[in-house]
Amino acid sequence: MSDVSFPLISIQNLTVSFSTRNGFVKAVSNVSFDLSRGETLGIVGESGSGKSVTSYALMGILDSNGTIDGGKIEYSGMNLRSANEKQMREIRGREISMIFQNPRSALNPIRKIGLQIEDVLRAHCIAVGADARRRAIDLLDKVKIRDPAKRFHSFPHEISGGMCQRVVIALALACSPKVLIADEPTTGLDVTTQKAIMDLIKELGEDQGLSTILITHDLGLAANYCNRVVVMQHGEVIETGGVNSLFRNPSHPYTRALVDATPRRTGIVRELLPKNDPRHSQPEPRPSSSTRSHPLLIVDGLTKEFLDVRSLGWMPWRNNNAIRTDRIFRAVDAVSFELHEGESLGLVGESGCGKSTTSMMVMRLLDLDQGTIQLAGEDIGSVPSTRFARHRARPNLQFVFQDPTESLNPRFTAMRCIADPLLQLGRLSRRSEIKARVEELANLVQLPDSLLSRFPHQLSGGQKARVGIARAIALNPKLLILDEPTAALDVSVQAVVLNLLVDLRAQLGMSYLFVSHDLNVVRLLCDKVMVMQAGRIIEQGPSSKVMNTPKTAYTRQLLASSLEPPHASFRQEIAQ
Amino acid sequence: MTSVDLEIKRPRSHLVYVLSQNPVSLVAIFGFGLILFAALFGPVVAPYDPLATNAAEALKAPSWDHWFGTDQLGRDVLSRVLTAARLDLMISFAAVTLSFFIGAGMGSCAGYFGGWFDAISGRIIDTIMAFPLFVLAMGIVAALGNTVENIIYATAIINVPFYARVARAEAAIRRNSGFVQAAKVAGNTDFRILAIHVFPNSLPPMAVQASLNMGWAILNAAGLSFIGLGVRPPTPEWGIMVAEGANFIISGEWWLAIFPGLALMLTVFTFNLLGDALRDIIDPRQRT
Repeated sequence: MSDVSFPLISIQNLTVSFSTRNGFVKAVSNVSFDLSRGETLGIVGESGSGKSVTSYALMGILDSNGTIDGGKIEYSGMNLRSANEKQMREIRGREISMIFQNPRSALNPIRKIGLQIEDVLRAHCIAVGADARRRAIDLLDKVKIRDPAKRFHSFPHEISGGMCQRVVIALALACSPKVLIADEPTTGLDVTTQKAIMDLIKELGEDQGLSTILITHDLGLAANYCNRVVVMQHGEVIETGGVNSLFRNPSHPYTRALVDATPRRTGIVRELLPKNDPRHSQPEPRPSSSTRSHPLLIVDGLTKEFLDVRSLGWMPWRNNNAIRTDRIFRAVDAVSFELHEGESLGLVGESGCGKSTTSMMVMRLLDLDQGTIQLAGEDIGSVPSTRFARHRARPNLQFVFQDPTESLNPRFTAMRCIADPLLQLGRLSRRSEIKARVEELANLVQLPDSLLSRFPHQLSGGQKARVGIARAIALNPKLLILDEPTAALDVSVQAVVLNLLVDLRAQLGMSYLFVSHDLNVVRLLCDKVMVMQAGRIIEQGPSSKVMNTPKTAYTRQLLASSLEPPHASFRQEIAQ
Repeated sequence: MTSVDLEIKRPRSHLVYVLSQNPVSLVAIFGFGLILFAALFGPVVAPYDPLATNAAEALKAPSWDHWFGTDQLGRDVLSRVLTAARLDLMISFAAVTLSFFIGAGMGSCAGYFGGWFDAISGRIIDTIMAFPLFVLAMGIVAALGNTVENIIYATAIINVPFYARVARAEAAIRRNSGFVQAAKVAGNTDFRILAIHVFPNSLPPMAVQASLNMGWAILNAAGLSFIGLGVRPPTPEWGIMVAEGANFIISGEWWLAIFPGLALMLTVFTFNLLGDALRDIIDPRQRT
């Protein structure tokens, strides 16, 4: 083994800027860190902190409007900044490899996955012909894809997201690189898949003596899989240290705020806020419990079936006999639950379990096949979804969408977005009344008035989420369905939005149906939790009971897969 | 109906920025101004009467008296080119407007609602596209009669498929997008969603299509006149002028065909450039 004190990658005072229409913007300034052999280094930070840009600069793949203004990038003593494109091409893949965020977009959709691995082997002259095929199958086997010889011939759309990420890892490791850069490798994957993928990266890294740079916004991930962590904010490194000392004993207030803002299995929603927030020490407001006894929403035997198109094969007209029952995919299978006034109910499950389908049906955006939905004693399940826009129950049933960017009309200002339900269903007719109401709502969700004239793309993720929430509460709904409202947000913004939701619930007396994949987040907001798997509700009960004494193996597995950073246990003492 | 802050702020700085990023847009806007000027004031600024014949001055080369020369009947070519701008632009503008509205309506509905309407309108469009478009336009004009209105209808019909396809694709992408779902939750009816939420978002590519189409439409109208359909002599029209002038190129009188041809080319070129400029200006995502 070579000299450990000599770092494999050394970055010193790296500064990167981008030329935009508003002049030069510094994305990264004075970033320095080393990567030793066999080490796993985590780069942690929220969006816009410059963690991805740093890795792109290292790989020499910055966008054309980005330039490295200063600093040193060395790979085992070689200056990468002075390397030409041909040399960099050799280094990329052979020496330093990268895994990108979205595995599906990293693969060519019209080429068999095995052939894509062969391409890499051939491009770097590692193997040709039958040898390349054999090695590609070996690689697929190595990333634990079952039946690799058969999967060789699969197309990316035929395999799951987790499998795609395994293929991308196989691609990255094809040329036995020395360094692997993983840029948010598990974002968008389920918690159980996330754990499997991270374990795989760790295991392969140890096998091959890889050094890994793990770029992530998830402190739990960094805490569980890294040796050392670099914390970045606004393009600067604010703290570097060993994983245990750094999380248990953060010296920088930003690191501490990040650690605090990460939802855990214990604690209340107020504790996610930074210490200097006045609400931090306030008790969590609860909706008045006098009206609790009335059931607001009663869902009984809700079922939705989809025709499984894949099972028809590529010549569906050959199947001229009637559609057989085994070709029908039951997305939601006899789901029943009750939601009382002022109560919050969490719906938890992994992607594809039918939780979104359920929420869309309750929302009356999707027609149901069987079952009933009653809102405040009125049967709304039998109203077709195309007729529901003008139904009198529409104002009482509102929705907060998962993706704040996608759910706002790009041609509407924030003001116009929030005003939309008021114009359609509100009883306000005068322009000044609507304007006043929108400003009142903006105030309620803590959105500054000055931002109301902006377009969605001019707002940050947290601000867009607030616009979405303001729009949903504009009509004072009785029931608000929230479909992963914080999944696209940074943890610190998530902390603020979750607290906002708690405050709004108390102020307006709404009931929440909170859909999420994250039990830790659901627990903070909900009194009761339902766990959904393969279209069925397999467990339901009070949050604390489900979290502490889970009855089913699946719930236990979900809980075991969610990673959390160590508690900053002595932080009170240090703060004083 | 009420409207709250529907007017989208278009700060002048945005226009300045777009133009500074792409100076070619400035050329396009300048060219468009020139064409518009010719169309509006052509007959006023023309030095001679475009229809006045003068046998003594026939087939004179370009000179200070006749910048673009004179034709076989002694008519001033410059005056005729300037006067023709209005007719050519009017035909193509009317045709493009007509096909824009028909195509956008058909395409948006097909893309948003799908189902039987999509199937029927799709097949109609396929049928139109199956013909060589210019031959179809010839057929329509020949069948309906040789008038300016019929040139407009013919040009509009052959251009409808382009708009319908763009509009259909744009509406189909957005049919299930988050903001459309949000609009449903907010109580918008389907037609309102289509008109207020979906269609305005497909305007940038539609505007580019329309601008490109203006060029084609002018060429198409000129082409029909060139082969003797549509506008009839002695009305000044670029296509007829090129057709008539073509006979004289062999004998060396090149200016008869070249100048109206150049006017035609520059107009088409300008509209093509204008399409790109328009997209940059209209798309709100270009604004920061």
